[in-house]
Amino acid sequence: MPAATDLNIDHVAHLARIALTPEERTQFARQLGDVLASIEQLKRVDVSGVEPTAHAFPVSNVWADDVAQPGLSAEDALRNAPARRDNMIVVPKVVE
Amino acid sequence: MNTGASLADALKPGGVKHRPLLLQTKISNVSSELFYQTATELVALLDAKKLSSVELTAAVIARTKAVDARVKAFNSYDEADALAQAAASDARRSAGQGRGPLDGIPVGFKDVIAVAGQPLTASSKMLANFVSPYDATVTTKLKNAGAICWGRLNLDEFAMGSSTENSAFGATRNPWDLTRVPGGSSGGSAAALAAGEAIVTLGSDTGGSIRQPAALCGVVGLKPTYGLVSRYGLIAFASSLDQIGPFARTVEDAAILLGAIAGHDERDSTSFNTAIPDYRTELKKRKGPWRLGIPKEYFGAGLDPEVAAAVEKAIAFYRSQGCEIKEVSLPHTEFGVGVYYIIATAECSSNLSRYDGIRYGHRAKEAKDIIDLYFKSRAEGFGAEVKRRIILGTYVLSSGYYDAYYLRAQKVRTLIRQDFLNAYREVDALLTPTSPTPAFKAGAKADPLAMYLCDVYTIGVNLAGLPAISVPCGFSSGGLPIGLQIIGQPFHEAGLLAIAHAYEQAHDWKNLHPKL
Repeated sequence: MPAATDLNIDHVAHLARIALTPEERTQFARQLGDVLASIEQLKRVDVSGVEPTAHAFPVSNVWADDVAQPGLSAEDALRNAPARRDNMIVVPKVVE
Repeated sequence: MNTGASLADALKPGGVKHRPLLLQTKISNVSSELFYQTATELVALLDAKKLSSVELTAAVIARTKAVDARVKAFNSYDEADALAQAAASDARRSAGQGRGPLDGIPVGFKDVIAVAGQPLTASSKMLANFVSPYDATVTTKLKNAGAICWGRLNLDEFAMGSSTENSAFGATRNPWDLTRVPGGSSGGSAAALAAGEAIVTLGSDTGGSIRQPAALCGVVGLKPTYGLVSRYGLIAFASSLDQIGPFARTVEDAAILLGAIAGHDERDSTSFNTAIPDYRTELKKRKGPWRLGIPKEYFGAGLDPEVAAAVEKAIAFYRSQGCEIKEVSLPHTEFGVGVYYIIATAECSSNLSRYDGIRYGHRAKEAKDIIDLYFKSRAEGFGAEVKRRIILGTYVLSSGYYDAYYLRAQKVRTLIRQDFLNAYREVDALLTPTSPTPAFKAGAKADPLAMYLCDVYTIGVNLAGLPAISVPCGFSSGGLPIGLQIIGQPFHEAGLLAIAHAYEQAHDWKNLHPKL
């Protein structure tokens, strides 16, 4: 397991698309350093030959019939949009 | 701090000395108020036409108005809508079309469970103005059962926390002591019941978020087996751990509410297709005696001595009823918190990527382009704990760290699950404390790591996908409730509820209410 100090908070915050203030940056780096240090104890567990668990009761190949079901109206689907026009969501310009 | 000696005493026949409990004056006597009665009692009155749902709902509304400025269990409620639902319930009953044991009963909803037309905020600025366009599956089921959808209950933002202090709309307080936390993340759901502001409530439990607040507020809280209750319409935090479950004043009420919400749902692909028994009938049929395991790792350093004493008395009760009490070991317990904070944050970083300020939720005003809009909307919309967890989760999934953290945590998760399944070869259920301490003071756990350790006895259950219930088992010398956690086998909720019911029926903790 990597050293807890490996956490590059700027890089990870960038991946997570969250702008941090300088105060948050300093505080989170310290707090998450503490959390990662405590997580280091997992290094002590012998996991050789152990299968990973993603779900406690795996159910796989859950299929639904390919049949149209009633859904939300455009009005209901768009009601929570921050900006809208003509049944579309308005966003800042993406392509120049 | 507790010692191994007291556990050894508890395991010895007749080994625990029964001490008189110091109940302080702030604990009121048995209440005859409508808002402190159980759904079971109230439905009998409704069916006998001695009470109407409108009268009951009005009493709950009046109580909420009287106490919620101090308790702050609710983010919002719609009085007129609740009374209209109650009037419809009364009309059904009068016409001989009553829908059973929840018809006309006000049910409070944790503000992460969708009710069409009602706010759905997750106690986050990100969703402060969001109104749900649809019903969660549990909501549809409760509406079909005639329940009154009553109010939006506060939580730690996006269910991340153990104190209901991390809410964008202010902290909920513990009705037993308003200077203390109600636990979390479903603190509003637990506090509302303890304060008489609802008859039953729903919460969600990812690492203890139903059981720990139930323990700290002196009510019953059940986390069902993963897959028993549909997650459709539950705001996702950690999808492999999240379950919706009931809060109630009694085990019987919890059984009724569980029966109403459980069952296979094709809209949740992790929903399990299994027959749902009549939990309430099973409760009365199953009498034990049971083989009960005491996991020694749950009685070590960090456990408050008064909590230990109350749980040991509960163990002694089961022994006195002829149950076989056996010490068992869950050797990977100490790794649970670490595994949880890798898996839960990894899943949260993925689930919360949907909040980008585009289709719904908070959108930053000033952004120079669409990427900048993501950064600023997320910076403004999320609180500190949510940001911390997204960053941690992003880190453990990022290139070069995935195997070391996430994959390793998933393997240790397998070992934790095997510990429980091994124990169930010898015993029917496990008895443990729910929380290492009674309710702590507001502001006492500013350090995230200290807060994470509140969940040390509840987290393993989520990692293993098991059902578990917290039932009141006494009070501290300071008059704060203590919870007994009973952990059951997968999909054996009927047996788990019966074990809890046997204890509850022989004690009268359920009749005690805080003075507000």
